[in-house]
Amino acid sequence: MAHQWGMVIDLDRCTGCAACVVACHAENNISTVGEDQAARGRAKHWIRVERYYEGEFPDVRVKFMPVLCQQCDAAPCEPVCPTFASYHTIEGLNGQVYNRCIGTRYCANACPYNVRFFNFYNPEWDKPLNLQLNPDVSVRSVGIMEKCTFCVQRIKASEIQAEAEKRAVKDGEIQPACVQSCSPHAMVFGDLSDPQSEVSRLARSSRGTKLLGELGTQPKVTYLQRESWHGAENA
Amino acid sequence: MAQKTPEQINEDLLRPLSGTSGRYLIVLAFLAGIVIAALCSFFWQVYAGLGVSGLRSPVFWGFYITNFVFWIGLSHAGTLISAILRLANATWRRPVTRCAEVITVFALSIGATFPVIHLGRPWLAFWLFPYPSERGIWPNIRSPLLWDFFAINTYLISSVTFLLLPMLPDLALVRDRAAGWKKKVYSVLALGWTGTPKQWNRLERAMHIMAIAVIPVAVSVHSIVSWDFAMAPVPMWHSTIFAPYFVAGAIFSGIAALILAMACLRKFLHLEEYLLPIHFENLGKLLLVMSLLWFYFVFAERLTAWYGNDPSEMTVFWVTQTGSFSPLFWLMVLCNFVIPFPLLAIKKTRTILGTSIASVTVVIGMWLERYLIIVPSLSHKYLPYSWGTYRPTWVELTITAGTFAAMVMLYMIFSKLVPIISIWELKVGLREEAHPAPALAPSHTQPNEVGAD
Repeated sequence: MAHQWGMVIDLDRCTGCAACVVACHAENNISTVGEDQAARGRAKHWIRVERYYEGEFPDVRVKFMPVLCQQCDAAPCEPVCPTFASYHTIEGLNGQVYNRCIGTRYCANACPYNVRFFNFYNPEWDKPLNLQLNPDVSVRSVGIMEKCTFCVQRIKASEIQAEAEKRAVKDGEIQPACVQSCSPHAMVFGDLSDPQSEVSRLARSSRGTKLLGELGTQPKVTYLQRESWHGAENA
Repeated sequence: MAQKTPEQINEDLLRPLSGTSGRYLIVLAFLAGIVIAALCSFFWQVYAGLGVSGLRSPVFWGFYITNFVFWIGLSHAGTLISAILRLANATWRRPVTRCAEVITVFALSIGATFPVIHLGRPWLAFWLFPYPSERGIWPNIRSPLLWDFFAINTYLISSVTFLLLPMLPDLALVRDRAAGWKKKVYSVLALGWTGTPKQWNRLERAMHIMAIAVIPVAVSVHSIVSWDFAMAPVPMWHSTIFAPYFVAGAIFSGIAALILAMACLRKFLHLEEYLLPIHFENLGKLLLVMSLLWFYFVFAERLTAWYGNDPSEMTVFWVTQTGSFSPLFWLMVLCNFVIPFPLLAIKKTRTILGTSIASVTVVIGMWLERYLIIVPSLSHKYLPYSWGTYRPTWVELTITAGTFAAMVMLYMIFSKLVPIISIWELKVGLREEAHPAPALAPSHTQPNEVGAD
């Protein structure tokens, strides 16, 4: 059976440091658009840290929620694409074939999570960022959509390496850039088709929820909700 | 019209073809200027990137798709209304059908450009054509955009056919009276029409088949346009009411456009004796029915959403009802119902002026409706963190203005090339008044030689 890549994000561990955002930009050749364009809503962050405030002042706490492509099993973005640019891979990823994309942006409208990004201009990198482009990841031109790939280049590299060494991919061997850079270890990546993997065990937690799961998108990212705020009395 | 002779009809309706005034050319040049400005804006957008528009995350569709739905909706004026009136054998339709069918062809052509204009990579739009390519992939038949592609092309081909078929006898008439290069052009366009009984017979049969076939095509087109939205899990889009709601709205705006076009033709081409108050009165009644139907659909849609109380839908509901989009929403209600309803319901105001005013407000209101379907929903999807606003830039405004100018320009040019009122059909009407057909006999099957006059 093919791997089914999934992720668990523990909101009790997330500190909102946004290291994942920076790592993702660096790994995936995501261009920064500048202050002015970002203010116009053109920023491209394949992963973002959403901040929500709970409670009434002064009894307030912040909830940080990293949101990335949920790699849905029933993804609304896939059937709407007229050119098969967004499609479902055999390993359960929501693939995006840049060369097929003609830029209808229908996928971005259909996505309930707003995690698909459009290149309004050709990408540019402020010096010296242009010197650190990742050779394993293609650079996207103007007019096409891009999105989180679960760092498919790392997945493929590990799979090829494992095949060359005639062994299975080990649990925890593959780490997308966001997972690798998460110092509080809030994010765990792995194979959901293996019930013994760390990600499968954590996904079965009673704290596990799916973001907008009520829409029937069947996300492969599980969020572990925070423990009750005030302890037992509010539980 | 009973007092008109066939010669007078020829005289009156061929007059616009004989020459142009200075004022006509000035208006045409002005409109052409706007169209050229719009073309320049589009090429600038292709050159610089879609970033020059006001589109942004999460409002990835804005003015362009609003215009797309608006123009496709307007195109329901002609073919559909004309087909229904033909099948119902409404004799008052005769001066109305052609100017209605022309609206369809031009509005549809304009509307169909917007899905290309709005693309990130418009030069690759041909990838929607199903053809065996070196890319080894077919278009995705599950995508509503592909349904759109086929529906619009089917509609365009059938409405062009529906326009051209009954034009043949009139083109032959123009051919017979023209000389020089004009004669050559019209000879080609008339496709060898000589007015033999066999040709008349075939024309009648073809028109009958087309009038029946084009109705489901027109209904399917706007249903599919609505499914571009209804198929996506976006608050207030994902609704079963959308297809009939869009079809009704399309016919609504289409009738308004037809009344406006007729009022302009009547004034500028001096067709006062052909486009009579009764035509505006009858179309005004149709517009009144559609206005009520529109209100009913909006009410049903809003009430269901409100009663359901789904949090994400209620966000969009309140932002249009009382929030930042509410001025536009209530302007829409004003334009689509509050103003046209009394104007059209009271017999005294159901005049040419009254129906024209109502039509202007309906056209504005229906444009707003499409904008209010698209933008508030996209800017308020599920996760509040990623909400956003949308403002069009000069690029979108220029392109939008350009399409309105293009519509008027194309209509003006057409009315100088082809009789905008069907001459032979009027003559059929004359004969029928002189020799009333036996009751229940389909009147359009009798006179075979009228085009020869």
